[in-house]
Amino acid sequence: MRVVNQSVKKVDHRALVTGKAVYTDDLAPKECLIVKVLRSPHAHALIQDINLERADKVAGIECILTYKDCPDKRFTMAGQTYPEPSPYDRLILDRRVRFVGDPVAVVAGCSKDAVEKALGLIKVKYEVLEPVLDFRSARDNEVLVHPEDSWKSLCPVGADNKRNLCASGSCADQDVDEVLKDCSYVVDKTYHTQANQQSMMETFRTYTYIDAYGRLNVVSSTQIPFHVRRILANALDIPKAKIRVIKPRIGGGFGAKQTAVSEVYPALVTWMTGKPAKMVFTREESLTASSPRHEMEVRVRMGADKDGIIKAIDVYTLSNTGAYGEHGPTTVGLSGHKSIPLYGKTDAFRFAYDVVYTNVMSAGAYRGYGATQGIFAVESAVDELAVQIGMDPVAFREKNIVREGQIMPAYYGEKAGSCALDRCLERAKEMIGWDEKYPCRDMGNGKVRGVGAALAMQGSGISGVDTAAVGIKVNDDGFYSLMIGATDMGTGCDTILAQMAAECLDCSMEEIIVHGVDTDASPYDTGSYASSTTYVTGMAVVRTCEKLRDMICEKGARYLGCGFDDTEFDGENVIDLKTGRTISRAEIGNRAMCSNEDALYASEAFSSPVSPPPFMAGIAEVEVDKETGQVELTDYVAVVDCGTVINPALARVQTEGGLAQGIGMALFEEVVYGPQGKNYSNSFMQYKIPTRLDVGNIRVEFESSYEATGPFGAKSIGEIVINTPSPAIANAVSNAVGVRIRELPITAEKIYWGMQEAGKGSDLVER
Amino acid sequence: MMIRFVLNGKEREADIREDAVLLDVLRNLGCSSVKCGCETANCGLCTVWIDGKSRLSCSVLAAAAEGREITTLEGIEREAAEFGSFLAAEGAEQCGFCSPGFIMNVLAMARELEDPAIDEIKEYLSGNLCRCTGYMGQLRAIQKYLKSRGEGPACG
Repeated sequence: MRVVNQSVKKVDHRALVTGKAVYTDDLAPKECLIVKVLRSPHAHALIQDINLERADKVAGIECILTYKDCPDKRFTMAGQTYPEPSPYDRLILDRRVRFVGDPVAVVAGCSKDAVEKALGLIKVKYEVLEPVLDFRSARDNEVLVHPEDSWKSLCPVGADNKRNLCASGSCADQDVDEVLKDCSYVVDKTYHTQANQQSMMETFRTYTYIDAYGRLNVVSSTQIPFHVRRILANALDIPKAKIRVIKPRIGGGFGAKQTAVSEVYPALVTWMTGKPAKMVFTREESLTASSPRHEMEVRVRMGADKDGIIKAIDVYTLSNTGAYGEHGPTTVGLSGHKSIPLYGKTDAFRFAYDVVYTNVMSAGAYRGYGATQGIFAVESAVDELAVQIGMDPVAFREKNIVREGQIMPAYYGEKAGSCALDRCLERAKEMIGWDEKYPCRDMGNGKVRGVGAALAMQGSGISGVDTAAVGIKVNDDGFYSLMIGATDMGTGCDTILAQMAAECLDCSMEEIIVHGVDTDASPYDTGSYASSTTYVTGMAVVRTCEKLRDMICEKGARYLGCGFDDTEFDGENVIDLKTGRTISRAEIGNRAMCSNEDALYASEAFSSPVSPPPFMAGIAEVEVDKETGQVELTDYVAVVDCGTVINPALARVQTEGGLAQGIGMALFEEVVYGPQGKNYSNSFMQYKIPTRLDVGNIRVEFESSYEATGPFGAKSIGEIVINTPSPAIANAVSNAVGVRIRELPITAEKIYWGMQEAGKGSDLVER
Repeated sequence: MMIRFVLNGKEREADIREDAVLLDVLRNLGCSSVKCGCETANCGLCTVWIDGKSRLSCSVLAAAAEGREITTLEGIEREAAEFGSFLAAEGAEQCGFCSPGFIMNVLAMARELEDPAIDEIKEYLSGNLCRCTGYMGQLRAIQKYLKSRGEGPACG
């Protein structure tokens, strides 16, 4: 391959590294109204009265809007294909506030100072209600987060607002209890993963204006332009035809921007006032009123026979969706469906779940999307089972992992059509020097180093749902415009999709112009999430190119006066194979601009009935201080099977970046609430993402399988890479000092107390 | 109040509020490379040079710029593009939002430290957060850039 599988620089790199004005706030007109919201100080309350008398008088205030000004029509901010599995449980502003930070009023004015002054002068009288803060007691609690009758669930996801249930369900293959009964070894443990913030460097932001046609234009830092159009139409109760959404460059998303967190507020202001408006979330707002990872508690029962073959896996997940149900019903599914299938020899599985409402900020989509949580639990349990059997946990995995060609009952019955997980594990083991380092080495200075392994999988798009259309047109002089609806959020999809087009069309990257998303002009795409872009939109590119090549040949045949079947297109010229005469692509492009009845434009769509999983193995080496419990990550190796690697440099950085986020989740990051539901993790002082001093040495390699249903054999890379650090590090700590941490993050304090307990007698201690 | 300073080599005047921070004033003057990422002086996105030294513009009163020489990425575009090319070759600009502040500090480091070791590089840049890359690609780019400078003609 000429362009695919090459480390091509990102098509927008020059603008990014020279600091050009390409992001939402850089592009917003200077005369925009500044929009901010007044946020609830209570976790659960009813607004009794809002007095705007003094706030309204502040010079420069354009409008102050309350629940009385908003449509009484519930919607979801989740960016999902209609009908959304996430319940319609929100209003733009509601009389009932459901978490500390829930919007109470929207204020717009000519300056930040005026708006902030007005915010301080709004007087709100609340009837403070008892909140539901413990997600373990939320289901069937007498306090309801959503008692209202206008709450609506569009899909059969087992939701019931009168039970605080956002979703519930179960599925199984064979009788898991029967199989477990016959197992020689069984673990039954419960693991807890905390809420995490995506912490993309660009916070949520949107600006809005009315254009010459009287339509609402929305420029937003989003992963889901087409879903934003629907969400705003629902929220404002206006026709979709009145809305246009444009996506400029995005300063990171990681799933956070798969929820329309900021769009509705400036859109409301512009729609009501006719004036341009913008809202830029502060970091504090981005950490306290956003869309973090769902907190989950996962119970795993896993049994093996006397030979060390895993025979049954039973997973129950309790997920905390917070005040609203964005991505609640869908994230939980991955905690079972993308952890259990890692093991290919089971006779039975069961997966059941409940997703509950509580009075903390709504959760959302974060890279890994539930798989991360489930894999922490299952991959920790696998190590615990190996310890019980007395086997090396890597050898135990080698015996049990899913292999290419196997049917995966817990993965919707799909076949592992491409799977190099065995090679990934083998290579990771070599890279770290597992046999020399397992389980641990005393460094002789009060510190001990241990190694721990974990496996992971994800999907490639949502099978049968995700849809991508692509358009390519031939312009004068023959250059191509590639029209996509997929949203580059820094990942480089504009580049890798152009690479695929250049490969298919036998041309250089410079001859492909990529157009960023504009819902008025771009072909439909569900958006960039669910690890779908390379696989789903990539296949749409391949199909569109195939069609366009035929169209170019047809046009060339007409201009050459020969038959279509006699032509060949080599990327530069259409050749009449009988006579050897040629016509260049440039000339075809130019001639097609004059007296032409068939536009040289091809558009094809793709949706996949399957979602081929990428696989990977990660191994961590940690150094634990035996005195203090302080843990340091010294080495991390990861080997990924994402199918064919479209752009090795970008795939490597995706992997390293995902691993670093996973390391943050494992060791530092946690959204912490106080007893009254106040979020304490409201700045980067409290919510600690890794610096370059915290990530140790990360080493990445690829072991590619070939996915026959994907473009050039590719699967996905974006999400899977966050899944191994938490279990690998927990397993490494256990191997180092015999302390099993089942509740993330893995802090020195937890390890210290674990070692203290161990000193009192018991062998392996649980925290 | 009025302040006068040199911005990217040009004399500038700005009418500012006494409590305005440099970050906001620079953005208002059209330096859109200067980004705000945290408001708590943790992220390094707003890094600029004041009299040639890296500073967080979110934590400097604009009034303190009086008479100083301020440099943003716009003022050193050629140098930024040169290092940026190494960064992009690794795919390590990713979303690009932290790139301007990061590049300002990398270039400051390249002027200040001669042949820095990996630990020195990490320490020098520890205040520049990045959520996309995991920092490894940035490190590869820095090492290759420093090596190329050592081999090629000095650049200004």
